[in-house]
Parts: sequence; structure tokens; C-alpha cells
Amino acid sequence: MAILLTQQDRVIVQGITGNQGRFHTRQMLSYGTPVVGGVSPTKGGTYVEGVPVFDTVREAIEMTHATASIVFVPAPFAKDAAFEAMENGIRLVVMIPEHIPVQDSIDIVNRAKMLNVTVIGPNTFGIISPQERTKMGIMPNHIYKPGPVGVVARSGTLSYEIAFSLTQSDLGQTTVIGMGGDPVVGQTFITVLEQFRQDPQTRCVVMVGEIGGSAEEEAAEYLSTLGKPVVAYLAGRAAPPGKRMGHAGAIIERGKGTLDSKEKALKVHGAEVVTMPWQISRAVQEALSRLS
Amino acid sequence: MKQYEYMAKAVLAEHGIPIAPGRLVDSPQSAFKAVTDLGAVALKAQVLVGGRGKAGGIRFAATPEEGAKVAGDMLGMFLKGYRVEKLYAEQKLPIEKELYISVTTDRNTKRPLVMASASGGVEIEDVPDDKIIKHYVDPLVGVLPYFGREMAQALGLQSSLFKEFSDLVVRLYQIYREKDAELVEINPLAVVNGHLVAADARLNIDDSALYRHKELPMVEEGSKLEQRVHEIGLAYVELDGDIAIMANGAGMAMATIDAIEYFGGKPANFLDAGGGASVEPTAEALRVLVSMKPKAILVNIFGGITRCDDVARAILQVKNGEGIPVPLVVRLVGTNEEEGVALLNREGIQAYSVMADAAEQAVHLAKEAR
Repeated sequence: MAILLTQQDRVIVQGITGNQGRFHTRQMLSYGTPVVGGVSPTKGGTYVEGVPVFDTVREAIEMTHATASIVFVPAPFAKDAAFEAMENGIRLVVMIPEHIPVQDSIDIVNRAKMLNVTVIGPNTFGIISPQERTKMGIMPNHIYKPGPVGVVARSGTLSYEIAFSLTQSDLGQTTVIGMGGDPVVGQTFITVLEQFRQDPQTRCVVMVGEIGGSAEEEAAEYLSTLGKPVVAYLAGRAAPPGKRMGHAGAIIERGKGTLDSKEKALKVHGAEVVTMPWQISRAVQEALSRLS
Repeated sequence: MKQYEYMAKAVLAEHGIPIAPGRLVDSPQSAFKAVTDLGAVALKAQVLVGGRGKAGGIRFAATPEEGAKVAGDMLGMFLKGYRVEKLYAEQKLPIEKELYISVTTDRNTKRPLVMASASGGVEIEDVPDDKIIKHYVDPLVGVLPYFGREMAQALGLQSSLFKEFSDLVVRLYQIYREKDAELVEINPLAVVNGHLVAADARLNIDDSALYRHKELPMVEEGSKLEQRVHEIGLAYVELDGDIAIMANGAGMAMATIDAIEYFGGKPANFLDAGGGASVEPTAEALRVLVSMKPKAILVNIFGGITRCDDVARAILQVKNGEGIPVPLVVRLVGTNEEEGVALLNREGIQAYSVMADAAEQAVHLAKEAR
């Protein structure tokens, strides 16, 4: 099993004819993702990596019965692309672009909530379900393997580092999902943890958080409902206040979003919070051995 | 991007929110003239930090001579590390009462949040929660006049203040949306002769939306070096240590500075070379690190989209070009790792595969170099 994305999904790529869209369509296909079409206005009728390209999402859905879309269009056009997908009945939208204006993201995620659409991102590496051999995202294919650990992260390369170290320790993953590094994103730790709760094959969850906002604090209160062990690593211990640490959302503002506050909240509610990323695998191993 | 007070006030005025008469001054002469024209004024340092009043950044002048003298004292002074280059001379207001209002984005509910308080004039973080009124906006509906009336009522405002405040909420939300603001704040929102006047204002614009706001003046923030790195399109923050770091991805870069501190070192900077950076920007980023003259440099790469051989080529380009005169520690793992490591080894550079080992070594070498 996996969460949010399975082999039953039929995926389209919005912005498939751009460099990124083209490259990652190839990567997704080679991993096993059922990519059934692409959208690129005025490029309809052509093919990318053997995948048919359409002018509109509406046409793509009519022809392919697509259920999910991954968006690669440049940030200024991302709101349009997301709404085109949502209004036409796509139920899972993965927003890869960075630097989408926050006002646009606010409109996207609020509309998604009304339509019951799952939005992942923006500014995310996407989602990968090794168990299902399927992914929507830009992560490298070779660092994952199937197994009992669910991973939810705010940042890309750091999650790669962590997933790879899990894989090397023979700790495979059900699903690895990136929430995105922007201040306003579609998912919260809670919505993702709720998915992991319902997935019987996920036995332990790794949370990779960072400074900024209070998503970790909010999630902490959910941990008792989750009923599965959680190992957390939080990045930005050494970050000064008032500075954006790469991600638009990674900033300590007016005393809020500090690592201390997140760490305390998670610990109080029973999460094992490790100090350094390389301590995660052992903590997961111990959590799993306590379960059996 | 933060806007200076005088810029924020210009935006408020454009949207019909009352401000006091004022003008920008940058010399004792222009301050003299300002007081001659406006009468008694407040001279307010234009800097991008809060709490400026307490730090001596707001002073008053009753006569033109006093205006010139005070301006002379203030111009060139440093406020919380910022040099004061411009003052805003604003007609002194007989303030009866100070309110607070702001519109910002609430990350948890993913909605705009309008906050108001009858206890204005101090930083909002210092106002107890039960004195703050918070109303969330459905962005697909927006702020209609009733929304403002409800807030005015909650604040206990009456008659003309009730009407003016309701109207102001609508206008402030318009600014938040139209200008892609992260924050638009009026504090204090003063009551003067029974009417509302914006006595101070903050306006922070979403950097990602600047492309659609050519009408706003550009304000550069941060040190010269930070500005230079931002120009090459990389995320960079100056810190006060002596170990320069570069990593790919924001999370990795944060974890890398954390690791330096974990082993007892002090990071000199945060630098995200990008999740998929190619040879040229990576080399450019490395040149920046060398120019900082650190005690050691740590390059921490997990190659996903980034290719390790590209990183190795960037390192060699700088080493064989300008040179790298300080100890360099490289951690290189992931896509095309073997090729990258081989390239480095050929030139006598060792590569680590474990992040912890590399961070510890960088701290060790920096200590030796001290």
C-alpha cells in the first residue's frame, strides 16, 4: 500500500514540452508511473517520450481519463494551470514550481479544499510510493525501496539524504512525500499523518521539519491519534531570526517558528526528535523493533 | 521585499487611507524647509527595522532651526546596524488614542488574517492575545464592508470611527491583495481630532510576486555580499562564524550549518547552490565562499538531480583558476558519484561519503587554521 498516489492513478504532465517536463516525464515513466498524457497549449497532437500531448486539460481527460496532474509550468502561469486541472476534475495536483506568488497559492489551496482536491506543494519534490513503483515528482529514482516507513518532509534534498540512508539501512518506504518549502502549501503534517494512519503497511513515520510557521507544533497534538511511532528531524537549529533560509517559508518571524518550540511540542507528544539527520535510521530501527 | 515607511504610506494614500502631511528629507537644509512648510514635525529614520522609536529613531522638532539640528544629528547615525540615510518629516499629530490593524497570511489556515487591537502603538507581539481581534478571510469571497463593520464593532468603536474603521479594513485588504503583500500593517492607527490617521506603516511584498509589481520602488536589503549572491540567483545568508558552507537544497544547507555547530564549529554562511545546479553557478557560488576568506570550506552534496561530476568539475575549475587557499572538505554522494570522486582524487582532493565525517573534519581543520 501507499498513500495518496497508487498504480490506479492516471497521470498527466502540465508543461510536458518544457525541458523539466520532458526530462521528468522520462524519469517518471522509467520508474513505472502511469503517465498517460501531457498538456502544452498549441503543442496538441505531438508526442513526448511516446506520451500524447493535448492543448487543454479538458481534452487530455476526455482522451485519457486522467486522475492526477503534475505541474511544471513557470511560476507566473502556475495558478492558471492548477485551476485548469482542478476545475476539470483532476483529484491530485502536484505543484513542482518554486516562486509561485503566495496570493496565487492561497487561491489554489482554498479552491482545492472546496473541490476536495489534494494539492501537494508548491515548491515540492513531489510524492513517491516505492511499494507501488509510482511517483509524481523530481526525486532521483534509485534511492528508495519498498518497506514500512512513511516519510513526510518539507525539503527535497534533505529528504533524499534521509530516504537514502533509510534504504541503506534496509528500511524501505511506503510513501515519501514533500509538502513544499513555501509558506502556503496544500498539505499539512496532519493531513499527511492522517493518511499514514490509515495505511496499514506504514508502521513508523519520519517527519522532516524545519524552522518557520507552526506546522510541526500543530502536528504534535495529532501524534496520539496517529498511534504509530514518529521520528522527527528538524533543520535550522543554527539559523538566525528574520532570515529566509532558502525556502520562502523557512524563516523565524517575530519570535515565531523557532526550532525550540517545534522540538518541545513534538517531544511532549511522544515523538523521538533526533539532533542530526544521520541519527534517523537508528531511531527508526529501534522504534520498529519495539513494535515487534 | 520590505518597503520603507514613506513608501508604504504612499501606497496607503493611493488607496484613500488618511496619512499626515509629510515629506522625505536627506539634509539639515531640507529638514529646515520641511518644518517651515509643515510646522512642528516628527523626524523619523527610514530604516527597515521595528522598534525604531525606542532606539532613538524618532525625534521631534518645533522650529526650522531645531529641525535642521535634529536632522543633522540623525542622518548618518546607526540604528540596530542600519545606517540612517533618509528621514521622513511628518506633521506632528495630537494623538488621542492608538489602535492597531494589519493584514497578513496565516500559514496554518492558509488564509488572509486581519488583526486589530485597541491597544496599538506597541509591537503586536507584546499585546496580550485577549486584546487582539482576529478575523480570517475566505480569499474566494474577499473582504466586503460587513467584514469591516464586524471588526469595528468588536473593537467597540462608535459613530464616525466605526464607519472610518470599517472602510479602512476594506481598503487595507485591497492593498494586501493588489500589492501581493506578506504584511501590511498600520501601527499606530491614530485617532486625531476624532478621525483615523495612519501614523506608522509597514508594507512587505512577496518576493515571488515582484515580477508583477514594477510600479513599486526596489529596496535592497542585506549586506553587499548577500546582494551579490542573490544576483546570481542563489539563496544566501551571512552568519558570523568562520566555516563557509555550500550545499544543494535549502534543507540540506540548513542541516549542514546545524552539523557544523553540532561538532563545535561556527558556520560563516548559509548557501543553497540549488537542487539541480550545473557547473557554472556552482563554481560561482564557490568563488563567493573563497572571497569570504573563511578558515575552512565545506561542500556538502547529495546528488539527486545535481550530478556529482558537475560539482567536481566546478570545484576543479575554481581550484585550477583562482585557487582555493583554505582547507576544503568535500562530501559527494549520489548521481554520478564515482565519476565525480575520481575527478577530485586525480587532483588530490579527497571526498567524503558520510555527511557527519565531513562536517567533523571541516570543524577540525578550521580549528587548526585559527
